[in-house]
Amino acid sequence: MSRNGHNGRLDVRKTYKMLIGGAFVRSESGRALDVEAPGGRWLGHVCRASRKDFRNAVVAARKAAPGWANTTAYLKGQILYRAAEMLEGRAAGFETVLQSIGLSAPAAKAEVADSIDLLVYYAGWSDKYLQVFGAVNPVASSHFNFSVTEPMGVVAFVAGEKRPLLDLVAGIAPIIVGGNAVVALSTGRAAVAAMELGEVLETSDLPGGVVNLLCGLRSELIAQTAGHMDVNALVVQGGDAKEAASLREACALNLKRFFLRPDRSRDDEDPYRILDTVEIKTTWHPVGG
Amino acid sequence: MTDTATISKGSDWGYAPAPESTDHIRLKDRYGLFIDGKFTPPASGKYFKTINPANEKVLAEVAEAGEKDVDRAVQAARKAHDKVWRKMSGRERGKYVYRIARIIQERARELAVVESMDGGKPIRESRDVDIPLSAAHFFYHAGWADKLSYAFPGKKVSPVGVAGQIIPWNFPLLMVAWKVAPALACGNTVVLKPAETTPLTALLFAEICQEAGLPDGVFNLVTGAGATGAALVKHPDLDKVAFTGSTDVGKAIQKALAGRGTKLTLELGGKAAHIIFEDATIDQAVEGIINGIYFNQGHVCCAGSRLFVQESVEEEVIAKLKARMETLIVGDPLDKNTDIGAINSRAQCDRINDYLKIGVEEGAELFQTRCSVPGKGFWVRPSFFTKVAQSHRIVQEEIFGPVLAIQTFRTLNEALEKANNTPYGLSGGVWTDKGSKIFKVTRGIRAGVIWANTFNKFDPTSPFGGYKESGYGREGGRHGLKPYVELT
Repeated sequence: MSRNGHNGRLDVRKTYKMLIGGAFVRSESGRALDVEAPGGRWLGHVCRASRKDFRNAVVAARKAAPGWANTTAYLKGQILYRAAEMLEGRAAGFETVLQSIGLSAPAAKAEVADSIDLLVYYAGWSDKYLQVFGAVNPVASSHFNFSVTEPMGVVAFVAGEKRPLLDLVAGIAPIIVGGNAVVALSTGRAAVAAMELGEVLETSDLPGGVVNLLCGLRSELIAQTAGHMDVNALVVQGGDAKEAASLREACALNLKRFFLRPDRSRDDEDPYRILDTVEIKTTWHPVGG
Repeated sequence: MTDTATISKGSDWGYAPAPESTDHIRLKDRYGLFIDGKFTPPASGKYFKTINPANEKVLAEVAEAGEKDVDRAVQAARKAHDKVWRKMSGRERGKYVYRIARIIQERARELAVVESMDGGKPIRESRDVDIPLSAAHFFYHAGWADKLSYAFPGKKVSPVGVAGQIIPWNFPLLMVAWKVAPALACGNTVVLKPAETTPLTALLFAEICQEAGLPDGVFNLVTGAGATGAALVKHPDLDKVAFTGSTDVGKAIQKALAGRGTKLTLELGGKAAHIIFEDATIDQAVEGIINGIYFNQGHVCCAGSRLFVQESVEEEVIAKLKARMETLIVGDPLDKNTDIGAINSRAQCDRINDYLKIGVEEGAELFQTRCSVPGKGFWVRPSFFTKVAQSHRIVQEEIFGPVLAIQTFRTLNEALEKANNTPYGLSGGVWTDKGSKIFKVTRGIRAGVIWANTFNKFDPTSPFGGYKESGYGREGGRHGLKPYVELT
């Protein structure tokens, strides 16, 4: 992030903003967090999202959800692929950012490459998972009966911090390829990678509001993700058993679907993650004259 | 009405009684708990009575399981799981489940009669729907037992472990089947708690497990009321809980399990929208409305309890609905002429009557048929409300009785908006002759099961379950296996 100038030129620093409803915004609270490199060197500021920011992001996501749900699978796949293209084009910049927050050069390079490939992986699932997870059911009566996947609607995702970019991509991609809109929260120094990813997504033909990115404090915002009445599902990475228990309990409020993902997951490539945040709808119709 | 000749039936033309015989039913006076393959008395020595809601006569006494009994049942299930059932090949497991399906078919008439006696549903329904579907569920799932790797491509499939299952009183044996068949087929063992008003067919099912030679402890049955269910949910050695019942209890269960991470599936309440467009075949749609709300006395979580009629056909639909409703026979559940049986319990009857009062107080207009009802037992005449608003409690809350709330709409989008204006999302229905409209509406309704030009159809191959506050997880079909497997 903050680099000293070369050749006597002063760098133009970036103000990291959150992504809500297709717009880059600061926290409505006006608050910011310091980001430090692992050694303690000050790197800059990111926003400290408030609960109100989260609510605003849910409103934006809810507004975007029907349009995204009705986007053809082919187009959704192309948009995810486009995101991979954009990320590839900015790979060097992402590697620099990841290194600035503590990753080694090879680790940063690997993480960016894995993130790009994961977007391509899920892009490819867009027009296939329904064929794998849907069904035509041989009912014992004169009816045509079939089961399809449908998006749940608005999904909240709380990313881990261990893999600043990859955790976020691995969480978001299966959610949006399932046709949902997402409000993702990135915390700690991972947030700088998250805010960079927002710029990638905004140049990928992804409609505004489909992915909303917040950064802030997990302890401050996570209860809100579970308690919000207009969120259909919550996917949380990492955390301890106590946190998971309180989230699962709070999700009972509106029977939000809750999924816990481990830190340092080894199975990012898993179509069953798409299945987590879609519903199965079964339709009957008589067969006859 | 029309110029078609009609026969005036007068008072002498009623249906002659056609009661199903009960001679062949041999109920015990008292039933114990079924734990580790044997019927045993409860630790407390306490029993409760189960009655016939059509005449309030006691049918049998049933053990009330307490924490100690539940613990014994879970231990038996754990032992059977670890030592026997988990290790058994899928093929052998499947053969046991096939045996169960066959014995249900063999004892079908007995099960149907007991189901109607204990729960109040018309014999036509228990005979033609509940019992055959129960057998079909076991037959369908039996075949999955050795084919699970094909259900979950790319994954290694293993059982979850011991499942605690709690079922409601509206489809007693069928709910046993929905819960137990996939659990056993996938290699899990079970502790099941049936509803306190309808334990008898579950107890007969325990006998069937004995007859099938099912290894001891694979299926265990603990009878009792809410406290027994709470003790089961609380037991720390369950790997999975499956519950069908009210949304409030479902939420309480999720909270109770929050700290343990026990797998959970919930099949909860509903307030299904049933949408009738002007281009529907109205006569068939009226049959659909009847089936949607008056099937099983309306004790159906997916009942079509909110009717939306396009304004242009409102008069016609309501006139035909009234005429059809007047032909419904309310009475003895064991009579083959009966369309609507007894309300399951006094408590439920009171609850429905409360809602009828609430509806009137809220300003809606009540219609009830003029049929006679027996003096003893619990009965509600087929009812509907017109002039209702979205905000009315009879529109928002699940009544679980033969009470329909009728609203109108002008455009498709208005119908969808009203249909989806509920926290529930279990089922929905649409009647129209236009194909593209069917797909628009079936896609637009936020619910897990949609019936187009039909209603209240069920099949073991067809996944069933809700969106939103109607719960999560599916039962039936390939999707219904997932709650009972670990995928790695």
